[in-house]
Amino acid sequence: MPFEVLVALRFLREGRTQTLLILSGIGVGVGVIVFLSALISGLQASLIERTLGTQAHVVVRAPEDVVRPVTRPSSERAVAARLEQPAQRLRSIVAWPQTLELLRTLPGVRAAAPTAEGPAVAQRGLATRSISLRGVEPASFRLIIDMAPRMTDGEFQVDAAHAVLGVELAADLGLRRGDKVRIEAQGARSEVFVVAGLFDVGNKDLNERWVFVPLRSAQTLLDLSGGVSTIELKVDEIFSADRVASAVASRTGLEAESWMERNRQLLVGLRSQSASSWLIQLFVVIAVALGIASVLVVSVVQKSREIGILKAMGTRTAQVVRVFLVQGAVLGMVGSALGILLGSGLALFFARLATNPDGSPTFPVALTPSLFLGAAAVATLTGLVSAVAPAERAASLDPADVIRHG
Amino acid sequence: MADPLVLVDGVTKSFGREVVTEVLHGIDLELHAGEFTALVGPSGSGKSTLLNLLGLLDRPTSGRIVLGGRDTTGLDEGERTALRGRSLGFVFQFHHLLPAFTALENVMMPMLAARGREEPGMREKAFALLEEIGLADRASYGASKLSGGQQQRVAVARALVLDPPLVLADEPTGNLDTESGAQVFELLRRVSERHQTAFLVVTHDERIAARCDRVLTMVDGRVLSDERRTPA
Ligand SMILES: Nc1ncnc2c1ncn2[C@@H]1O[C@H](COP(=O)(O)OP(=O)(O)O)[C@@H](O)[C@H]1O
Ligand SMILES: [Mg+2]
Repeated sequence: MPFEVLVALRFLREGRTQTLLILSGIGVGVGVIVFLSALISGLQASLIERTLGTQAHVVVRAPEDVVRPVTRPSSERAVAARLEQPAQRLRSIVAWPQTLELLRTLPGVRAAAPTAEGPAVAQRGLATRSISLRGVEPASFRLIIDMAPRMTDGEFQVDAAHAVLGVELAADLGLRRGDKVRIEAQGARSEVFVVAGLFDVGNKDLNERWVFVPLRSAQTLLDLSGGVSTIELKVDEIFSADRVASAVASRTGLEAESWMERNRQLLVGLRSQSASSWLIQLFVVIAVALGIASVLVVSVVQKSREIGILKAMGTRTAQVVRVFLVQGAVLGMVGSALGILLGSGLALFFARLATNPDGSPTFPVALTPSLFLGAAAVATLTGLVSAVAPAERAASLDPADVIRHG
Repeated sequence: MADPLVLVDGVTKSFGREVVTEVLHGIDLELHAGEFTALVGPSGSGKSTLLNLLGLLDRPTSGRIVLGGRDTTGLDEGERTALRGRSLGFVFQFHHLLPAFTALENVMMPMLAARGREEPGMREKAFALLEEIGLADRASYGASKLSGGQQQRVAVARALVLDPPLVLADEPTGNLDTESGAQVFELLRRVSERHQTAFLVVTHDERIAARCDRVLTMVDGRVLSDERRTPA
């Protein structure tokens, strides 16, 4: 064992009470950090997961028709600035099969699915509901949003003349699996489907509006004549969706919107939550650092006699400095181990405390090795840094002084 | 005569910034290898101050100190510490041992500091010294569990562990009862002879001074007399 470590450990053991007190302090501080991080990243991950459970990462559509005045305004001629938007009409993506292939080869894109989406009306007997019709190919769509685990009845079977709809819509229309439903779109086109299954995506609004039908049927109903209105993408790394979207837009000239754009509010919320959590953690780190520093400063005063003896025996100043740096680092390291145990215990307890009806925790926590390593590294570094000033004080002690005054 | 172990050449020492007091007024002195010297004088005459200068714990205001042929005047703090570790042992009046360590570890401490970690043979060497001072059975005792006389004997062993040519002892028996004081002094004489180590021992005890090879008497920051006696 290096000389400095030996002396540092003995000094810590000698000041047992102080050592235990400051270790508890560091433990509580690190515990708060671990608990808070685990809770916040757990909550955020589950929020994002819930959000992305029903959304494609990137949605690609044909660009909006740009509306321009026919005549340019000039000094002689004023032009009415108010422009009428043309009636909203579904635009289809030009040459979509080629575009789809291109998108699938873009870096960062994991999967792509063509869909035909538009407003329609579901009808059973006299009851009607306006719906959002989603024409998909089950094989490709499964890679974007996996509906299978969300089926409460039947299967996600979207093939010839079969439709899948949400539980709320089914209840509104009094539909059950095997019943028939008529879907009518603009221009009085309509088709009758057999309900193959019911889903619950955990969102009442979507459960009321989404109706999945085969892509071909939707193309016909929505008058897209073989075209698709959108291509939905899944990306490898969710927070790169923004970058993928702009790459898609610049490569294809199509409009690409990422989930991050669509959920701006959510992200702003998450970010400010993270920021306040960081701030709390920063203050905890500062408090821990001050605690370690004050304990070590006191210990330098208490141990000035010993430090004087060590120096008189030929201990170099750098060695004395290291004795105190090691004390700081050891306090940080051991304290962080205690804190990790405490924080994890607290987090797990909290997670067990309340559960959703489906058994998942209301407060999901993310206890990851990287969180533990991070906490240990921060605490050790804090210990080391807090020890710098006390160590320099110890180093500047004059052995002659110490020996003279005892 | 061979080169002196220590040469003190016109050394003065002053303390204070605004009010400067000169405590040592020009000391000239030679100490020789293996010599057992007593330093006596009234309290406040500058004995400890001189010892701290010789021990490189402090710097003279003027003059120079040559240790083992090496002028220490121009050395930086690191070189002084290294030279101190190599060439000097200390025994102080009060500041005996490190209480967080055992007797054996206290004896090993100068070796550990010098080499940076424990190496083979260190433990054995320290133990042999404890045997020599008659405290082998206390090797694993915490330093604070030993009596004052025992602590001072362990301090003597510690001062010797790096085989320094010179040991400086500032009133090593001053804090002990007569009997333990006599024991410690006997020990100093014995180890000085066996290890051929020079000692400079500050003492108030006339009987102790009388049994040294040489007696330096300081008064008011000057060496008043320097008597060499041939042991009877
Ligand atoms: N650091 C210091 N600052 C100021 N005065 C000092 C200091 N050290 C010693 N002195 C003074 O120097 C004189 C000699 O002290 P010292 O060497 O301790 O004497 P001794 O050891 O012979 O009793 C005393 O008057 C003491 O007050
Ligand atoms: Mg003195």
